Amino acid sequence: MARAVVTLPAQAKRGEIIEIKTLAQHSMETGFRRTQTGELIPRDIIRRFTCTYNGVEVYRADLHPAIAANPLIAFTTVATETGTLTFQWVGDNGYSVTEIAPIRVE
Amino acid sequence: MTTRREFLVLTAASLAAPTAAKAQLDPNLAANRRAAFQEALRRIVGDAQVRRGRVKLTLPPLIDNGNSVPLSVAVESPMTAADHVKAIHVLTEKNPLPDVVSVALGPRAGRASLATRVRLADTQTVTAIAQMSDGSFWSDSAEVVVTLSACLEEGLI
Repeated sequence: MARAVVTLPAQAKRGEIIEIKTLAQHSMETGFRRTQTGELIPRDIIRRFTCTYNGVEVYRADLHPAIAANPLIAFTTVATETGTLTFQWVGDNGYSVTEIAPIRVE
Repeated sequence: MTTRREFLVLTAASLAAPTAAKAQLDPNLAANRRAAFQEALRRIVGDAQVRRGRVKLTLPPLIDNGNSVPLSVAVESPMTAADHVKAIHVLTEKNPLPDVVSVALGPRAGRASLATRVRLADTQTVTAIAQMSDGSFWSDSAEVVVTLSACLEEGLI
């Protein structure tokens, strides 16, 4: 159910700045909406996104209810060495998704 | 306090859009939102001075649907170990919560940039603030007109 998509180049030159696009499937319920009977729908959002490159954190985002459903986060990083990039989304109600993408650096 | 100019704008708005005006004219709501924005700003920058420039916030000027608005921030910085952007924050004035997103980054990011999609509850000013490694803060604002607000159910404006 919980799914995420990450787009990044499979290989890059050393020192090159690569663009990464990430998309997580999540309704990002704000906690401000009400049902037709007037009850508040509890908040259910992704709180934090982190990207680590071979174990070193390179980018972190704290999300709030003002982020649209299915949060898209696009950013850049420097291709330093061959290895793996780990993407993690953590949120309310125990939501946790991890994606791993390999990268080859020449 | 309502100035003459604000009063005229509110009157015009109430004639143009009765639902918007109802919320606009609730003095507490507007004041609370403003206080929340100021508090969020203080939490981020503390007592430091925020200067204009170096940050480029891109938002469409006219938004049909406030539920999903493409937003991107780019900060001018060499992104070296000595001089880089430490954090980027995005704040709104009239959303139920002022915070939108806070990003922590460093020289490993290569470029200080962020692209995402946000929700906007009303026609308002969106502010992006960048914190540099030397402790200075830079900002950029964009005014947006929202036709269909996010969080419509609450009549939030």
